[in-house]
Amino acid sequence: MLTLEALHLSQGSFDLRADWSVQAGARVAVIGPSGAGKSTLLMAIAGFLPPARGRILWQGRDLAALAVGDRPMSVLFQDQNLFPHLTIAQNLGLGLSPQLRLTPAQRDAVEAALQRVGLAGMGARKPAQLSGGQQGRAALARALLRARPLLVLDEPFAALGPALKSEMLDLLDEVASATGAAVLMVTHDPADAQRFAGQTVLVAEGVAQPPCETAALFANPPPALAAYLGT
Amino acid sequence: MLPKALGLGIAALILGSAAMLGLRAESWALRPADWAAVRFTLLQAALSAVLSLGLAVPLARALFRRRFVGRGALIRLLAAPFVLPVVVAVLGIVTVFGRAGPINAVLETFHLPAVSIFGLQGVVLANVFFNLPLATRMLLHGWQAIPVERFRLAASLGMPPSAQLRHLELPMLRAQAPAIALVIFLICLASFAIALTLGGGPRASTIELAIYQALRFEFDLGRAALLALVQLLICAAGTLLASRLTLPPSFGAGLGRSLDLPAPHGWRRRGDALLILMVVLFLALPLLAVAAKGLPGLLALPSGVWPAALRSVSVALASALLVVLAALVLALAQARRASGWLELAAMLPLAASSLVLGTGLFLMLRPFVAPQALALPVTMLVNATLTLPYLYRLLLPEARALHSDYDRLASSLGLRGMARLRYLTLPRLARPLGYGAGLAAALSMGDLGVIALFAGNSGATLPLFVQQLMGAYRMDQAAAAALVLVGISYALFWVFDRIGHHYADT
Repeated sequence: MLTLEALHLSQGSFDLRADWSVQAGARVAVIGPSGAGKSTLLMAIAGFLPPARGRILWQGRDLAALAVGDRPMSVLFQDQNLFPHLTIAQNLGLGLSPQLRLTPAQRDAVEAALQRVGLAGMGARKPAQLSGGQQGRAALARALLRARPLLVLDEPFAALGPALKSEMLDLLDEVASATGAAVLMVTHDPADAQRFAGQTVLVAEGVAQPPCETAALFANPPPALAAYLGT
Repeated sequence: MLPKALGLGIAALILGSAAMLGLRAESWALRPADWAAVRFTLLQAALSAVLSLGLAVPLARALFRRRFVGRGALIRLLAAPFVLPVVVAVLGIVTVFGRAGPINAVLETFHLPAVSIFGLQGVVLANVFFNLPLATRMLLHGWQAIPVERFRLAASLGMPPSAQLRHLELPMLRAQAPAIALVIFLICLASFAIALTLGGGPRASTIELAIYQALRFEFDLGRAALLALVQLLICAAGTLLASRLTLPPSFGAGLGRSLDLPAPHGWRRRGDALLILMVVLFLALPLLAVAAKGLPGLLALPSGVWPAALRSVSVALASALLVVLAALVLALAQARRASGWLELAAMLPLAASSLVLGTGLFLMLRPFVAPQALALPVTMLVNATLTLPYLYRLLLPEARALHSDYDRLASSLGLRGMARLRYLTLPRLARPLGYGAGLAAALSMGDLGVIALFAGNSGATLPLFVQQLMGAYRMDQAAAAALVLVGISYALFWVFDRIGHHYADT
């Protein structure tokens, strides 16, 4: 269980508060107007921004002491999810060993992960030789290999077209189910939340609200959400 | 930890040298001969800066507006003098403009008095040879930074070239020329090899030449220390001024790519062509002269060439390795977290010169060891230190881009330590690292500075060996050895640059 305990983030004149938990294996969308702090919240959970006050806990353990790469989570950023100078197989291999020293079994695991996301035989290519959708698949395959109990995504599919994006969300669902990971995904598209996430966190006016049932939230939107949706 | 230690080390080296100079300067009064050296140093640097810039403005303008076969190659070749060993160019200039050269032969047939290449005119000529190409490239950058839309607008309004000059080109020049002139002035303040080979005597001695003579021939350590301190103060003041002068021209953004604009015809066209031709001859003739003179001698090189070449190559490789590592460590640290004093430490060597640092080290080491025993390590250290600001500036933007693009991804994957260096830093920075290492190696290979202070009778590097042959009027042998020197210098540059390209496959 991920717990944000009286969390207060502060960056210059920007402030954000959050005080809630996410159950293991949950699917949570994070929505809200741009500039409200969705990405900031994710980056704090990932460890790129230390909290001004409060704590971020996983299974009751404070994450503050853990380096970014040692936290129990995989992160997908908006862009730059792959190193362009490394092959796809090397990019995936980094998910298993940051030293890139892979055992034969790990090599097989990389190949299996590529196959699972539909990139069989493309391990030797560089990211630039892949389409945008394929690059997203490769990043998800690495998350599959890392198999961390939390998957944090900062609109990684925002640049993809609608068909490709829904394909990616299906794959994300598959990866999360396979690893049993809880998913925390920032999106600006309410349809993503409704399609993918059982719960939704609304970030607006300096507060990240506790997760609500997505369907209930959209059926009866609070004023901040109504303003964002324009309804 | 490592960046801080490195920054402290650089600061200690330079400030320690300065302190040593201050301690050893016995008298604070400059003699008349010293004042003459100060005046000559400033005069030759100022004349060289004005002449280089004065010629570079019409040349850059001509190169900007004309299109001709070989234009791209010519512009690329203008970068070559930067790594050309000074002593080679000087040899070429002496061959062309010297007493037995073609210029004086022409003058003689017309019964005109011969010109001498030694003294102020020779020093300035050699400085212009090196800095005219530099100034031209910098100005060409300025011209290309003027959005092509402005020129298109000017053309559509029917502005004559003079009006374009006034409204578009002069504002750019006003913004750039002072900084460029100052950069050249600073380079010429410390052009020891040129003063050593073409200057001399009471009327054409620079401060650095006076330091060299005080240390090597008069054994007047106190005077050398005082002169080095004066040189350091002048260079530091100039560097400080230059750091305030780099104003970018403000022309607003332009989207256009390079567009071939109609260039004026008539006398302007002939003038541009003539100017380009003259400059090409001015730059090419000395080098061709060295080649012509030296080629026959390549088969019978003097026996000292290869040991000297070996010494030079080892110094060049070691100093390139050292400075690339130092610049990389500082640039990565700076990209991670900006620090004012680290920046200052990386830039501090700009205020020092080869002879100043050399004198400081000479005075520090002399009580403990014979200076010639440490000639090569000291040359290596000084060369690495003096090229650090250039390499640091080359790497910093790349290190910043690397940090902003990939630091988060690398940390989220736990990529750190040696693995990060091997799989992220080195491959992403391979291109500037290779280019920088090539530059540092070639510059060190051709350097004729501190080695002149430290070398014993048998420990010369290749540039010093060439200079000694010249001094003994064995010009054919000097030219042959110079060819070897040029070959190795450019080969070092080329090899490192290729290595960088090879590993930078994105």
